Amino acid sequence: MIALADGEMSEMLIRFLVGGSVVTSFALISEVLRPKSFAGLFGAAPSIALATIGLTIAKMGVQYAAIEARSMIFGAIAFLVYASLSSFLLLRFKPHSLTVTVALLPVWLGAAFGIYFFSIGTVIR
Amino acid sequence: MINTRFSALKDIKPHEYALRFMFGGLCTVCAGLIAQRYGPCIGGLFLAFPAIFPAGASLLEKHEREKKRKAGFDGTKRGRMAAGVDAAGTAIGCVGLIGFAVTIRLGLPRYDPALAIATAVVVWLVLSVMLWLLLKSRMFRRIRG
Repeated sequence: MIALADGEMSEMLIRFLVGGSVVTSFALISEVLRPKSFAGLFGAAPSIALATIGLTIAKMGVQYAAIEARSMIFGAIAFLVYASLSSFLLLRFKPHSLTVTVALLPVWLGAAFGIYFFSIGTVIR
Repeated sequence: MINTRFSALKDIKPHEYALRFMFGGLCTVCAGLIAQRYGPCIGGLFLAFPAIFPAGASLLEKHEREKKRKAGFDGTKRGRMAAGVDAAGTAIGCVGLIGFAVTIRLGLPRYDPALAIATAVVVWLVLSVMLWLLLKSRMFRRIRG
């Protein structure tokens, strides 16, 4: 369990509000754009990163944020695997989209951690 | 080829806005807590978590289905196809997201943070749009034979 001090609680509240706003903004941009394949680009917008990176730099410094960005590369590769697989299954078998996208979340998790741990000692120095 | 349809915003119900806001906010908080607990290496992975993708795909499927039902059709297949096409676009956008992360990684230690972030956003957008245009034109060529 993570214990939060008062300052940390307000920081988390700021993260919640900024994160919610950024994600909603990108979702609305995606909603008005046509065709749908183009609108889909905004499903992979760097919303969480944009919502947090300023706070991270202010609190922990530039080097800390750069380390996070290095890991974000692996997370983004995992997202590519996850979105490609979701698209393939939805277009090929036409299942319920919420079922597919939620059921495949462990694929993102596995790919992200798999690439990260594989990269330790090879890419990461 | 690319256009905007602002009337689509009228189809979104207030609770759908709230759902997106909640998901986005919670995912951002969780990413922060994970970084705090396990450090920047593990926390950084979650900066590219598919935060709102499941909710977005599900809402898109629902909207497309309802649109078809108003026209007197079932619309289930159409809705799921639309979600699949949207996911294909998201996969292309992921290449831009990788470009964003690489730019932040390389730019932050060397340049002003604001400049590094602004450059990364431009890289994300340009890379995503260029790749989408490239794949789209190839698909059109294949269809025309």
